[in-house]
Amino acid sequence: MKYKDYYAILGVQRGASADEIKKAYRKAAQKHHPDVSKEAGAEEKFKEVAEAYQTLKDPEKRAAYDQLGTGFREGEEFRPPPDWGERFHFRQGNGEAFSFDDLDLGDLFESLRGGARQAGRQRPIPGQDYEATIHLTLDEAHRGTEIDLAFEKPVKVRIPKGAADGQRLRLRGQGGKGINGGRDGDLYLNIVLHPHSLFRTSGHDLYLDLPLAPWEAALGATVEVPTLDGRVALKIPPDTAAGRKLRLARKGLAKPGGGEGDLYAVVQIVNPTVLGTRERSLFEELAKASRFDPRAHFAAEKTHGD
Amino acid sequence: MATESEAFWLHAGATVTIDELSTASGLTVMEIRELVEYGALTPVGEVTFSATCVACVRQAARLQRDLELEIPALALVLSFLERIETLELEVRKLTSKPR
Repeated sequence: MKYKDYYAILGVQRGASADEIKKAYRKAAQKHHPDVSKEAGAEEKFKEVAEAYQTLKDPEKRAAYDQLGTGFREGEEFRPPPDWGERFHFRQGNGEAFSFDDLDLGDLFESLRGGARQAGRQRPIPGQDYEATIHLTLDEAHRGTEIDLAFEKPVKVRIPKGAADGQRLRLRGQGGKGINGGRDGDLYLNIVLHPHSLFRTSGHDLYLDLPLAPWEAALGATVEVPTLDGRVALKIPPDTAAGRKLRLARKGLAKPGGGEGDLYAVVQIVNPTVLGTRERSLFEELAKASRFDPRAHFAAEKTHGD
Repeated sequence: MATESEAFWLHAGATVTIDELSTASGLTVMEIRELVEYGALTPVGEVTFSATCVACVRQAARLQRDLELEIPALALVLSFLERIETLELEVRKLTSKPR
């Protein structure tokens, strides 16, 4: 068994009071908690600190730990003194004394309560819940997909259709195995959608920037637009302004339990980057003929300096 | 292998009962009721909640257990977590805009 210096891990003296130990733990836990810290290795560091605290906060466990002696270095192979297991009632489930060779010190102290106070009783312990973040493309979210994950062992997980960005999926019983008849843990997946080259998402709705030529927007047109299920024809009404949202009902992402979000095509009016001679003369003619003032609203506004 | 019937989307249209939320988070039903009293959780029915709260409640419960927080602090953590989640999603929506 490898020795762990719980006092050093918490950064306290061996004679520290219960209050000092609690304070040191809380300080370290706040710094390293995996839900708070984004640093690499935060989870391992937190587990170390939590294990040290679980032992040192319990007077019985702390006394047992102190009896191990002080002559060991962190990580050093050691054996507890003779009779140590007897004195502190370390027992396996079957009532036999532990063999200390292949044991983790943390597991040993965790078993102290179960071993000493509930000897022989097989308490059902629910399996651990697992959590993971997975990245899906819009197509995978829309159609559902299968992914491989590895916790204690590799598992294949079926993601049903219906995902949206930031949505969670709970997979019942796909977490850690329960012990003594306890229920199996669940698997929680946090879905993150990859950005798409054309669509952006808002829940299950999709937004698509739709560039139109000035004459398409002015005269109306029928244009082809992409959707997740292939191209569809979209009718542009005459006099369509830039920024107008044209809704394609039920062409968004599939929703959980059926139905789909909508697809919004957001109109942009785009000029040709290079004008041909004929195009230029038509625009010049239009400029002369038109009385349209796109900045009429400037005049209504009281400007500074007038 | 998982079948689809075991998969459950925690989306805005779905609800969880107070008992399910208790199992998922490890908080007692009493503690969840206290969170409602503090305004950190809003039930949609008498004893049901929107399924979208499950992830934040689980995270807040983990922090409560590991940092030994009192219920008022847990309530505060939960409301902040929900705000962070909303804002992060909003940021992702804004930055995922195609060029």
